[in-house]
Amino acid sequence: MAFDAPEELDDFRNEVRDWLEENCPASMRTPMKDDEIVWGGRREAFKNPDSKVWLERMGEKGWTAPEWPAEYGGGGLNKAQARVLQQELRRIKARPALFSFGLWMFGPALLEFGNEAQKKRFIPDIVKGKTRWCQGYSEPGAGSDLAGLQTKCEDKGDHWLINGQKVWTSYADQADWIFCLVRTDKSVKHDGISFLVFDMQTEGVEARPIKLISGSSPFCETFFTDVKVPKDQLVGKLNAGWTIAKRLLQFERSSISAGGFGGTGGSGILPPQEYAKQHVGVDETGRVSDGDLRARITDHLMYASAFKLTVQRSTEQAKAGQEVGHTASIMKYAAAKMNQDKCELIVEALGTDGLGWSGDGFAEDAKKATRSWLRSKGNSIEGGTSEINLNVIAKRVLGLREHQ
Amino acid sequence: MAFILSEDQQMLRDTAMAFARDELPVSHLRGLRDKDANGVDADTRSKLAELGFFGVLVPEEYDGVGLGMVAMGQIMEAQGRTIAATPLLQTAVLGTSIIVLGGSEAQKAAWLPKIASGDITVAVAVDEGTHHAPRNIATEAERNGQGYTLNGAKRFVADGHHADVFIIVARTFGEAGQAHGISLFIVPKDTQGLSVQALNTVDSHGAAHLHLDDVAVSEDNVIGAVDAGWEILDPALDRGRIALAAEALGSAQAAFDMTLEYLQTRKQFGQLIGSFQGLQHRAAKMFTELELTRSCIGAALSGVDENRNDTAELASLAKARASDLIHLVSNETVQFHGGIGMTDDHDSGLYMKRARVQEAQLGGASFHRDRYAKLNGF
Repeated sequence: MAFDAPEELDDFRNEVRDWLEENCPASMRTPMKDDEIVWGGRREAFKNPDSKVWLERMGEKGWTAPEWPAEYGGGGLNKAQARVLQQELRRIKARPALFSFGLWMFGPALLEFGNEAQKKRFIPDIVKGKTRWCQGYSEPGAGSDLAGLQTKCEDKGDHWLINGQKVWTSYADQADWIFCLVRTDKSVKHDGISFLVFDMQTEGVEARPIKLISGSSPFCETFFTDVKVPKDQLVGKLNAGWTIAKRLLQFERSSISAGGFGGTGGSGILPPQEYAKQHVGVDETGRVSDGDLRARITDHLMYASAFKLTVQRSTEQAKAGQEVGHTASIMKYAAAKMNQDKCELIVEALGTDGLGWSGDGFAEDAKKATRSWLRSKGNSIEGGTSEINLNVIAKRVLGLREHQ
Repeated sequence: MAFILSEDQQMLRDTAMAFARDELPVSHLRGLRDKDANGVDADTRSKLAELGFFGVLVPEEYDGVGLGMVAMGQIMEAQGRTIAATPLLQTAVLGTSIIVLGGSEAQKAAWLPKIASGDITVAVAVDEGTHHAPRNIATEAERNGQGYTLNGAKRFVADGHHADVFIIVARTFGEAGQAHGISLFIVPKDTQGLSVQALNTVDSHGAAHLHLDDVAVSEDNVIGAVDAGWEILDPALDRGRIALAAEALGSAQAAFDMTLEYLQTRKQFGQLIGSFQGLQHRAAKMFTELELTRSCIGAALSGVDENRNDTAELASLAKARASDLIHLVSNETVQFHGGIGMTDDHDSGLYMKRARVQEAQLGGASFHRDRYAKLNGF
């Protein structure tokens, strides 16, 4: 990797600053509203027209994927430059131009495992937000034991034929394409899995939203009935999909623990101590008068600080070239616990105001907090359950053996 | 926030780790205990002086090395690994910090070079009750013609049974509980009226109760402005808390490593016990707590060196989490080892005994949660 001299980096910073000044619309420098998040793809409505302009301009520069190679439409920046770009974006409080499973999960895996034609075909549209991707991993019979998946893929000479069912497919009903694990050999477990991509509009694909306990439906059941997929849409080698799947799960877990959780509440929800002060009250010294609740909130805040500092430490160590694989592996587990604890404490501090569902009898932020609390229960299930994460820490990090 | 050690800091860490491993293994503490030394160890004290460990926080102009808290933290973590009894927390961190932060030029010149060389050890005597409460000072310092007369008592002063010089926290104004009116006094151990009652403590490090009966202190031995000692004491205590948290981290890491090794060697039902999921998940959770707490301590250490304005918050974060961590890990270390962990021959118990002292000193988890919440306005 070429290191920039400090003055070159300063030049780059000035360049970025000028470009952002000219190209980032004013409304894209205000806090993100939940309904203005841009996921891209064929169905994107761009509720705020500025978000379309912002995505097009960022996509054109490749700065939605700053470190991806320029030959595939990425920004082609080195790490130091990408850091400068992030700093400048943060400085003006710019909204992310694009939320995308393509950027966070599929793209990095394709760059590593895809062939040249596939990279040329799919990466530019991920960068520009033209294609919205969904992930076909879990099945009704294959959750924590993901490698037990059974969606059948047969070689029909000039195409693959897919039959089976996926579940918990995030936004399958909104997505344009799917990256999907399928079974190409029933006689072996991990070595009989392949990695395919196909268009969700292909005949035989059906996505049905699943309503959650929180009332929202980000997930779908996805059914495949005699779906024909062109031969060149296999990524990597036949029966070698598990390696790609595992790598992609690492990208997924790190993007989840970096704050991409469902149930983090979104805008308008206050931290638990604020609700405790309002709803429980404070004593003459300013302490929340319920000492037990106060201590548990403090414990949570300390956990959250420890989490944030660990992310910082791990980032610094990675920059210094130190091994951080072991830190990354604990973050998904810790992030789930942290968010769930926060949601529980908020609902508890709200008292009966945290037990509303809909209507005018409850404040908007309180209702949102209640829904977030319910949604947060999925944090320790999605993207690898907490128990699976603890298994991974025990085996891969601590070197403990498998039970015989 | 700097989490990556500089070359100097890394070298010091390596030296301290090797020293603890080779010269102060747990068997060394066991030996001291078995000959009733009560943590008093002149030999180790002179080795620490040779290594320059007493002078890490002493500025170069006073014959120290002035390397800062991140560096000191590495030494504390190393001595924590082997639960070694050393005067470093009291002398090199607390005593030194009080003099560096609040001492007059004459006091610095008089005391700091002697601290750095290991010629004297210091014990800061704060608490008067059974729980850390640094504003609850009832020990009285009454103004008289030539200086002050001190009367009162201090409890469970670490290193109090062998320190050469005490820094006594006493009240010149107001009532117990108030920050204003607290003053700091230098009192050499052989001062008339000061009696030291040595304590045999559970961790074999020892400590002492102090009784002050008309102890006369001259004007020159008041540190900082009268009544305003809290302004010096509070940040100095924070440095001590962070250093002690680093020590506890070292103990927790060593106890965890020992436990992990046992999980990988002990067999039951024809299996390594480390293959049982009931133990694997608890080990994985302990590891997570260790990593999270390590970050808090790194941040607090570098926060002091960077002179950040949230050092108090970081100190309470570090000490609360380190206390909870060592509590958890020391208990699990005994439990994971089963029957052998209950025997005196095994080191598990020594870690658990030391853990409770590390937790209680300079404020336990509940003290620091309360403080952290107050600092955060609730």
